[in-house]
Amino acid sequence: MDFISVLTFVLTGAVTAGTPLLFATLGEIITEKVGQLNLGVEGMMLMGAVIGFSTAISTGNPILGILAGMIAGGCGALIFAFLTITLRANQIVSGLSLTIFGTGFSSFVGQSMVGKSLSDSIRNSFKPIKIPLLGDIPVLGDALFNQNILVYLGYVVAIILGIYLYKTRIGLNIRTVGENTGAADTAGINVSIYKYVHILIGGALAGLGGAYMSMVTVPSWQDGVTGGRGWIAVALVIFVTWNPYKALIGSYFFGGLSILGLYLQSHVPIPQSIFDMLPYLATIIVLIMISLKKSKENCAPKALGEPYFREER
Amino acid sequence: MNNEVYIKIENLTKTFGPVVANNNVCLEVNKGEIHALLGENGSGKSTLMNMLSGIYTPDSGAIYIKGKQVSFKTPKDSMSIGIGMIHQHFRLVEVLTAKENIIAGQKGKFFVGSKKLSQKIREISEKYGLVVDPDKKIYNMSVGEKQTVEILKVIYRGAQILILDEPTAVLTPQESESLFKILRKMKQSGCSIIIITHKLNEVMEISDKITVLRKGETVGTVNKEDTNASELTNLMVGRAVDLSINRIERKNNKAILNIENLTVLDDEKVKSLDNVSFKLATGEILGVAGVAGSGQKELCEAIAGLYPVTSGKIEYKEENIVGKNPRDIIKMGISMSFIPEDRLGMGLVASMGMVDNMILKEYQNQKGIFIEKLSAKKLSQKLINKLEINTPGVYHPVRQLSGGNIQKVLLGREIESNPHLLITAYPVRGLDINASYTIYDLLNEQKAKGVGILYIGEDLDVLIELCDRIMVICNGKIMGIVEANKVNKEQLGLMMAGQDISTVMGVGA
Amino acid sequence: MFRVVKRTDLTKRQSVSFRLIAILGALLTTGIFIFFLGFNPLQVYMSMLDGSFGSMYRFREAIIQAIPLIVTSLGISVAFRMKFWNIGAEGQIIMGAFAASYFALYWSNLPIWVLLPLMFGASMIAGGIWALIPAFFKAKFGTNETLFTLMMNYIALKLIVYVQYGPWKDPKALGAGKIALFTDNAALPEVFGIHIGWIIAIAVVVLVYIFINKTKRGYEIQVIGESENTARYAGMNVKKIILSSLLLSGALCGMAGMFQVSGVNHTLNYQVANGVGFTAIITTWLAGLSAPVIVIVCFLFAVLQQGGTFIQTAFSIHASVAQLIQGMILFFVLGSEFFIQYRLMRNQKIDSTNKKEAA
Repeated sequence: MDFISVLTFVLTGAVTAGTPLLFATLGEIITEKVGQLNLGVEGMMLMGAVIGFSTAISTGNPILGILAGMIAGGCGALIFAFLTITLRANQIVSGLSLTIFGTGFSSFVGQSMVGKSLSDSIRNSFKPIKIPLLGDIPVLGDALFNQNILVYLGYVVAIILGIYLYKTRIGLNIRTVGENTGAADTAGINVSIYKYVHILIGGALAGLGGAYMSMVTVPSWQDGVTGGRGWIAVALVIFVTWNPYKALIGSYFFGGLSILGLYLQSHVPIPQSIFDMLPYLATIIVLIMISLKKSKENCAPKALGEPYFREER
Repeated sequence: MNNEVYIKIENLTKTFGPVVANNNVCLEVNKGEIHALLGENGSGKSTLMNMLSGIYTPDSGAIYIKGKQVSFKTPKDSMSIGIGMIHQHFRLVEVLTAKENIIAGQKGKFFVGSKKLSQKIREISEKYGLVVDPDKKIYNMSVGEKQTVEILKVIYRGAQILILDEPTAVLTPQESESLFKILRKMKQSGCSIIIITHKLNEVMEISDKITVLRKGETVGTVNKEDTNASELTNLMVGRAVDLSINRIERKNNKAILNIENLTVLDDEKVKSLDNVSFKLATGEILGVAGVAGSGQKELCEAIAGLYPVTSGKIEYKEENIVGKNPRDIIKMGISMSFIPEDRLGMGLVASMGMVDNMILKEYQNQKGIFIEKLSAKKLSQKLINKLEINTPGVYHPVRQLSGGNIQKVLLGREIESNPHLLITAYPVRGLDINASYTIYDLLNEQKAKGVGILYIGEDLDVLIELCDRIMVICNGKIMGIVEANKVNKEQLGLMMAGQDISTVMGVGA
Repeated sequence: MFRVVKRTDLTKRQSVSFRLIAILGALLTTGIFIFFLGFNPLQVYMSMLDGSFGSMYRFREAIIQAIPLIVTSLGISVAFRMKFWNIGAEGQIIMGAFAASYFALYWSNLPIWVLLPLMFGASMIAGGIWALIPAFFKAKFGTNETLFTLMMNYIALKLIVYVQYGPWKDPKALGAGKIALFTDNAALPEVFGIHIGWIIAIAVVVLVYIFINKTKRGYEIQVIGESENTARYAGMNVKKIILSSLLLSGALCGMAGMFQVSGVNHTLNYQVANGVGFTAIITTWLAGLSAPVIVIVCFLFAVLQQGGTFIQTAFSIHASVAQLIQGMILFFVLGSEFFIQYRLMRNQKIDSTNKKEAA
C-alpha cells in the first residue's frame, strides 16, 4: 500500500479504536473534575458492555442496547458514589472493588452469550456513514467523517462536555468543588449533589464506551471484552490534563498507537507489546512534568481523592 | 451616619463543653458605621462573629438584623440576609479567575462569560474602589488583591453587613491604606462594617465605635472620639490579677542563646521575623508577648531548625546553629514544644499512646535497630503521677485525652529530655488553674537547674509574674525587652499593638 | 435531619463485630441472588468451603494461592502505613518474576543452592527498584504516587508480553508464544507438598510484624504515616525513610513473583501476577494493615477464589460468582466502615442547649 492509503488506514482505525477510550476518558474526566477518583472504570465499562450487548440481542434494538449500557455503567457508578460520598469510604479501595464486582458481573451475565453475535440489522446500524462534502477530503475526510454514528456522537459529547465545563455556570461550580471543596460549600454549592450527579454521568459514559466495544468493535461476545481499556482511560485523563478537548486528540492518539503497532509489526521489528507500553510511558512523563512545572493550570483538581465533610465544631 | 440599628446582638451566650466562649455578649451596630471589635486571644471575638455568620449556633440570646430577629442554621442563611464574612484564610480557588470565584455558586444565566456579568462586577469595583482585574487568575495575585476579590465576592452576593477578621494582618501598610479607603466608601453607601483587629492605631484611624471583649464578656463600648489607645488597652487587659506565681531568683547570667539580626521570610516573601536580636541566659525565663501571628511560631521553628533562615545568627552555647538539621539540634539539648490551637499539630502523634509518644525524639539515641519501650513505659507512669495526667492507659491514643492532659504529656516529655534550652509556646493554653500551676512549677524547677527557658504565652498576668524578662514581638519585630517586675499589663499591651518601647516606658527604657 | 458525629468510644471488639456483620450481610445478599439462580445458597457456600477443605490436595492448593497474596499484602502494608498509596504491587510482582526468570533461563547451569538464592535476591531487587522509581519522584517532586505506580503495572506487563513472544520465546514451542519450562534446579523445593514459599511467607509475616512494631524504622514509618510534620519535628529524614520503605515494599512483592515462577508455574508468562497485586490492596486494607490479620484475610480470600473455581464444576455455576461475592463483601465492609467511624445523631432544635465537645 502506498503511503497515503496507509496513513488513511491508520488514522481511520485510530478514530474507531479511540472512540470507546474517548467515552470512558470523558466520563472519568468529569468524575475527577468534581474531586472523585473512581478507579472502577474498567468495571463500569464491562457492566455497560454486557448489559448493552444482551439488551441488543433480546430486543433487537441497538438504541435500547446503547441506552441500557449507559444505565448499567451509571448503576455501577452509583454504588461508588454512595460508598464514597454518603458512607465516606476510601475512594481507591471502593473503585477497585467496583472493578472486581463489574468484572465478575460481566463474566457472569455474559457466560450464556459467549460466541453469540448481534443480528445483521443491528450491526448495520453501526456501519460507517459518510458525511457529504467533508467526507470527501483526502485522508482526513475518511478518517473523521466516514465513521459510524457513535464516533460522531463522540465528537459531540467531547465538545459539549468542554463547553459545559468551561463556559457554563454549572461547569464553574464543578471546578470549584474539585479545586477547593470548602470554598464551594461556603459559596452555597451543594457539594454532594454535584458529586453524585457527575459521578453518575461519568459512569454512564464509561458504560457507553463498554457498550461500544461489545456491540461495534468485536464480532461476538467475549469475556473481558474491554481488555483493560478502562485502565488506559484512567491514564488518558492524566495524559490530556483533565481537558475534554484534548481528550479527543489523546484518545485517538492512543487508539492509533495500537493500530500502528499492528501494522508496523510486519514492517518494522518493534513488537506490538512495546507499542502497547507507549501510552503508559507517555502518561508517566506527563505526571512527572505536571509535578515539575508546578503549573497550576494543568494540575489534577486540587481536591481530587479527598473526602469532604463539613465537620461540626 | 444613620441611627438605624442594623445589627443588634442581645445577651448571646455560647459554650463548648466546660468552656464559656461568649457570655451574655451585647453589641449594636448602626447603618453606615464602622465598628471595631477588640480583644485578646481567647476573648471570644471569633466565636461571636462565627455566630453572626452562621457557622456556630448560639446557646441563648438573640440576634436582630434590621430590627427582625433571625436565627442561622447554616452560613448560607447568614449570607442571604446580607451578612458577608471575610475570613483571615481566604476561601478562593487558585486556578480560577477573580470573576469566576465571585460568581461561583450563584444563580444566574446558564452560560457564563457574558459581558453582563463582567459589567456588574466592574460597577461594584468602581463604586467602592475595589481595583481588580476580573480575568486575572487568583494564583497570580498579591495578597491584597486576593482580599479585594473576597470583598467583591460578598458584595456581589448583596452583603450590606461586612465582617472582616484581622484584615490587615496579611497586608502591607500601603495595602492597608487602600483597604481603609474602600471601607470608608462602603460606609458612605450605607454598609455596616465590623472589623476584628488588634491593632490599636488602625482602630483609632478607621472605626466609629469600638466594643471591647474580655474573657468572653463585653467590657465596654465607646465612641472613637471619646477614647484613646491607653484606655482601650486598659479595657482589653483589665486590672492586674495577682496569680501568686512563685518567681524564683535568677542565678547566673551566662547567655546560652544569642540571636542576632534574625530575619525569616515566609512563602510569600513576607518577613515573619524582621531583624530580631536578643539574648537568653541560663537559669532565666524570658517571656515572649505578642498578638497571635506576630512571628512566635516562626521564631520557635527557626531555632529548632524547622524553618529556613534568610539571614542572621542563632548562637547556642556560642555555636551558630543556623542550617543545622533538626535532629542535631535536638541532640545538642534544645527542646521545642509548640502547642497550636488544635494541640495535636506537631509535637505528638495523635493515634499513638503515651508510651509511643514519649520516645518520639528519644528513640534516636537508643542503640541498635530495635526500639526499647520499657523505660518509656516507666516514664509515662511517672509523668501520670507527677503531673496528674488523666488517661485510661499508657497505650491509649492521646487524641482521646482532653486538651489539658495532652499538653501535660507534651511538656512532660520535653522536660524529661533534660534540655539546656527549653522553648515552650502556649503551654497552659486552655488549662484550668491547677493544671496551670503544675506547669509553672515544672518550669521553675527547670529554671532552678539552670535551664534557659523561652516562654511564649498569651496571658500577660502570667508573663509578668512568672518570667524574669519579657520580650514583646509585633509583626515580626521586637518592640522591646523589659524586666518583668518593672512593667505593667497596659504597657505590654501598647507594645503588642505596635507602639515603640520608648513611647510606652518613657525615657530610659 | 441527622447529623454525623465522629465516634471515639468503639472498642476493638465492637469494630470487629461490625465488620463481621457486614460480611454476613454480603453473604446473605449474594445468597438471595444465588437462590434466584435456582440453587440452594447454603449448599453453594458449603461447596465453596469444600473446594478448599474437602481434601488435602485442595487445602494445599488454597495455601498455594494464599502465599503470594500474603507476601504481597505485607509488602503493600509497609507502604500504606506511610500513607504512600502503592498501587503498583502487580507490576512489582511481575518484575520480581522477570528477574528470577532471567536467572532461571540463562544461568541454569548453576547448582540449585546457588541458583535459588540468586533468583530470590534478584526478584527482591527488581521488585524493589520498580517501587523505588515512583517513590523517588514522589519524594523529590511530589509526583502523585497512586497514578504513577498504577502506570508502572502496565509497563511491566507489556515487558513480559514482549519477552514471552520475543527474545525468550521457547524455540521448541513451535510458534506459540511460550517461555520454556524451567529446569529442576530453578524450582523451589516442597515441604508437605507445598513449595517452601509457605515457610518463607510465615517468616516474612513475623519479620514484618517485628519490623513495624519493634524497630526504629518501623516506628518512623508509623509516625510519617500520621504526620510528616511531626516526623520532621522529631528530626527524621523523611525522604530517606520513604525511599527505603518503598524499596522494602517492592522487594516483598517481587518475592511473591519469584514464588509464582519458581514454585507454581515453573515458567514465566504474562499472567504470572494474575491480579494478585490488586487483590492484595484490598486484603491489606481490610486487614487494617496488621500483619497477623493479613494472613487470615488473605487465606479467606484464597478460599473464596478456590471455592469459586470449585463450584464451577460442582454446580455449573460460573466462576465469576466468586468475583461477585468478593465484590459484594467489599462493598458491605466498606459501607460498614462508616458505622464504625461515625454515629448518626438527631439534630436538636436551635433553642435548646447544644453542648458540643470542647475543641
